[in-house]
Amino acid sequence: MNSTILNITARYLSPVIFLLSLIVLYRGHNYPGGGFIGGLLAVSACLLVVLARGWEVTESKWWPDSITLLVTGLAVTAVSGILGVLAGEAFLTGLWLPALDVPLLGKVKLGTPLLFDLGVYLAVMGFSLKCASALGQEDWS
Amino acid sequence: MLIVLIMAVLASGTALATTGKRWQHGWQCFLVPAPAAVSFLLVTFAAMPEVIRQGSIAYTAKWIPQLDVELALRLNGLGLLLLILVTGIGALILLYAVGYMKGHPQATRLFLLLYLFMFSMAGLAIADHMLLFFIFWELTSISSYFLIGFQHKEQSARQNALQALIVTGLGGMALMAGFILIAQVTGTWNLSELPALSGQIQTDALYVPILILVLLGAFTKSAQFPFHFWLPNAMSAPTPVSAYLHSATMVKAGIFLLFLMLPVLGGTGLWTWLLTIAGAITLLTGGAFGLVQHDLKKILAGTTVAVLGLLTLLLGIGTERDVLAALVFLFGHALYKATLFMVAGSVDHETGTRDTRILGGLYRGMPWTAVAATLAAFSKMGLPPFFGFLGKEYTYKASLESEYQWLLTTILIVGNAIILALAFKAAILPFWRKAIHPLPEKLHDVPWSMRLGPILMAGLGIAIGTFPFLIDPLISSAKSAAMGYSVQTEIKLWHGLNLPLILSALTLSAGLCIIVSREWVENMLRNVTIPGPAKVYDILMDGMVRFAIWQTRLLQSGQLRNYLLIIVGVTTALISFKLWRFGGISDLSLRGINSPELVVITVLMAIATLLAVTTQSRLTALIALGLVGFGVAWIFAYFSAPDLAITQILVETLTVVLFAWVVYKLPQLRTLSSRRTIITDAVVSGAAGILITILVLKSQTLQLGSSISKTLSEWSLPEAYGANVVNVILVDFRAIDTWGEVCVVTIAAIGVWALASGNGNSKDRKSK
Repeated sequence: MNSTILNITARYLSPVIFLLSLIVLYRGHNYPGGGFIGGLLAVSACLLVVLARGWEVTESKWWPDSITLLVTGLAVTAVSGILGVLAGEAFLTGLWLPALDVPLLGKVKLGTPLLFDLGVYLAVMGFSLKCASALGQEDWS
Repeated sequence: MLIVLIMAVLASGTALATTGKRWQHGWQCFLVPAPAAVSFLLVTFAAMPEVIRQGSIAYTAKWIPQLDVELALRLNGLGLLLLILVTGIGALILLYAVGYMKGHPQATRLFLLLYLFMFSMAGLAIADHMLLFFIFWELTSISSYFLIGFQHKEQSARQNALQALIVTGLGGMALMAGFILIAQVTGTWNLSELPALSGQIQTDALYVPILILVLLGAFTKSAQFPFHFWLPNAMSAPTPVSAYLHSATMVKAGIFLLFLMLPVLGGTGLWTWLLTIAGAITLLTGGAFGLVQHDLKKILAGTTVAVLGLLTLLLGIGTERDVLAALVFLFGHALYKATLFMVAGSVDHETGTRDTRILGGLYRGMPWTAVAATLAAFSKMGLPPFFGFLGKEYTYKASLESEYQWLLTTILIVGNAIILALAFKAAILPFWRKAIHPLPEKLHDVPWSMRLGPILMAGLGIAIGTFPFLIDPLISSAKSAAMGYSVQTEIKLWHGLNLPLILSALTLSAGLCIIVSREWVENMLRNVTIPGPAKVYDILMDGMVRFAIWQTRLLQSGQLRNYLLIIVGVTTALISFKLWRFGGISDLSLRGINSPELVVITVLMAIATLLAVTTQSRLTALIALGLVGFGVAWIFAYFSAPDLAITQILVETLTVVLFAWVVYKLPQLRTLSSRRTIITDAVVSGAAGILITILVLKSQTLQLGSSISKTLSEWSLPEAYGANVVNVILVDFRAIDTWGEVCVVTIAAIGVWALASGNGNSKDRKSK
C-alpha cells in the first residue's frame, strides 16, 4: 500500500491525534477521557502511520516496542499503588500534590491516580499495538 | 533480630549465587559458600547459646493483621539442630558443588537453587506461625523440584522431579488442611503454643482427621511407606543436590514436623500405631531396595529411606528415650550420609561410573576421598567410637524399654544390619577391594573443594563419637522442645557391658552375614516383586492424563466457533437459571427506553446484524458489524455516557482497522457448515440475544440492592478530586480492579506474542 494522500495525511494528522491522546489522558479525571481512551487514541495515531508506511518502516523506530510499553505500563500502575503504601495508606490509595499554577494550562493537579491512568494508557497502547502487529505482520501464506 | 539477620545472610547468598559461575578458581571457590558459612557461624556462636539458655528466641512482625497472620519466627532447640545441619552441611555442600560443577554452563543456576532451598529450609526451622511453616514447607518442595530436575534435558529427570513435586506437594496440601483444623480447634496459629493445648486437641472430635492430615504431610516429605517411592527416583539430581536434599535436609523436614507434633498430637494409641508400623515397613523396604541396587547413589537412597523409617518408628513410641535416640541418630546420619553422597559424586566425577559391580581399588588414586568414605562408612555401620554407634546404642536402649520390645528390637536389628551391609557395599568395596576392571589411566583425587567437605564431616563423626558431651547442650535443648518440657541429657559413649552393646555385636555379625552372602540375598530379593505404591502412582497419573486428553478433545477443539458456542451457550444457560430463580419474565418494563430515536437506531442495528449474518462477502460483514458497534456507541451517547461512547467508537474503529488487515488474506466466505450446525448456532445465539433483552427490560423494575452509583457520584469530587465519576471509579475507587485488568491485558499480550511467534510461518522464525 503506497498512497500519497494517506502518507501526507498520516504525517500531519498522527502527531495531532497523539497530542490529543495526551490531552484526553490528562483531562480524564474531570471530563470524558482517561487512560483507556487516551491509549486507544494513541494507538490510532500509530496505526495511521503504519497504514501509510508499513510495519517495516515503523517497527521499533517510531515508538518503543509494544511489550516494553506494556511492561512499563504495568510497572507505572504498580508504582502508583506502592506510593500509597509508602505513605502509610492502603495499596492504590490516591495521593495528590497541591495544585500548581502553570501558565497557559491554568491550575494543574498531579496525583497518583493520574500516574495510574498513565500506566493504563501505556498498557492499552502496548496491548493493542501487539495485537495489531501480530495480525498485520503475520505471513498468512 | 538475630533470626532475621541469619535469614538475611542466607538471602544475600542467593544474590551472590547469581554471579556464582565466575568464582570457581583458587581461593575464589570459597566465595559462593561464604554466606552459608557466615550464617552457620551466626547460628552456632550467637543463636545457640541464647537458645540453650532461654529455650527459644523469637521475633514477631506484623504481616496481615486482619487475618490474624503474623510473621512469627521462633527458634527452639529442634529448629536449632535443623538450622545447624542446614547451614553447616549446606556450606560444605556448596563448596563441593563449586568443584563439582566447574565448567558446567549452568553452574550458576545450581548455586542459586541451592541457596533458595537453603533459605526455605532455614525458614522451616524458624517458622512459628503455621501458615508461614506451610509456605516454607511448599517452598522446599518447589525448590527441590527444580533441583531434582536440574538436568532438564533428560526425560527421566523431568519425570522424577515431577513425581517428587506431586507427592510432596499433595502432602503439603494435606498438611495445610491439618493446620487449619488445628487452628480451628485451638484458636491459635502459633506452633509454640500448641504443646500446652495438646489435651484440647486430642479430646476433640477432629483429632483423627488432624492427625491423618498432618501425618500425610510428614510421610510424603520424609518418604515413609507407602510414599517412599519418589526418593530413590529423585537420585537423578546432580550429586551435590542429593547429598544435600536427601541426606540432611529436605527428607528430614517431615521428621522435623513429627518432632514438633510429638508433644501436640503424640502419645495416643493411633499415633503410636501409625508411626511405628509405617516406620517399620519403611525401614525394611528401604533396606531391601538398597540391597538389590548397584548404583552408589541408589544404594545410599535406600539407606536414607531405611533411616527415615527408623526415625519415624522411634518417634512413634515417643518416650523421652526414643526422642533422644532419634535426635542422636538423626544428627549422626546427616553427617555420614552427606559425606557418603559427596564421595559417591567424587567417584562418579573421576571414574565416570557409579556402578558398584565395576568399581574397585580406588584407594590408590583417591586416598583422601577413600579415607573420608571409610570413616563415614564406619560411622554408618555403627562401629565404636563413631557417631553412628551412639545413635544405634541409644536406639536399642529405647526399643528395649518399649511395649513390644522384642518385635521392635528384632526389626531394628535387621534394619541396622542391612544398613551396615549397605555401608560396606557403597563405601568400603569400591575403594578397598582389588580392582576388577582396569582403572582410568590417570586416576587422581578430586580437587580440594570437593575433598574438604567429606573429610571435615567424617572427622566430625569420629570427634563427636569420641567426645559426645560436645553435643549435650544442643541435644538437650532439642529434646526439651520435642518433649514440651525442659530436660537435661548426658550422652555417653561407654555404658558398660550391657544389653544394647550385645545387640550391637549381634547387628554387626548379622550385617557381616549379609555382606558375605550378599549375592544370594540379592538374587532372593530380586525375585520378590511386590506391586508397590509406585504402580498406583503411575496408574493415577495415567488416568489423569487420559481424562485431561478426553476433556480437552471435547472442549478445546481448536475451532473458534466451538469455543464461542460453548462460552455463549453455558453463559446463557447459567444466567437463565438465575433469571428463573428471580421470577422469570414477569415485571418487564419498557420505561425510559421507548423514545422514537431509540426505535429507529435499534431497527437499523437489527438490519445490520441480519446483513452480517447472511452476507457472502467478508467486507460487507465487517462493515455491517461496524454499523452495529457505532449504533451501540450512539445509544451510549444518547443516555449521556460520553466515556463509554468514546471508548466504543475507538474500539470499533480499531477493530475494523485490524480486521481490514487480515480480511483480504482470508479465503472467501463459503457455506461450509451443515444445516444442523447452522441451526444449533442460530438457536444458541438467538437464546443469548433474547436473554440479554429480557435482562435489560427486567433491570428497569428489579432492584436487588441499594444503588451505589449515587453515593459514588457524591463522593467523586470531595473524596477523589475528580468530576468525572467514571474515571474516578476506574483509577481511584476501584483502582485495584483496573490494576487486575492491566495484569490480565499484559498476560493476554504475552499470549498473543506466543501465538504470533509460535506460528511456523511468522517472520521471526524465518529470519532465524
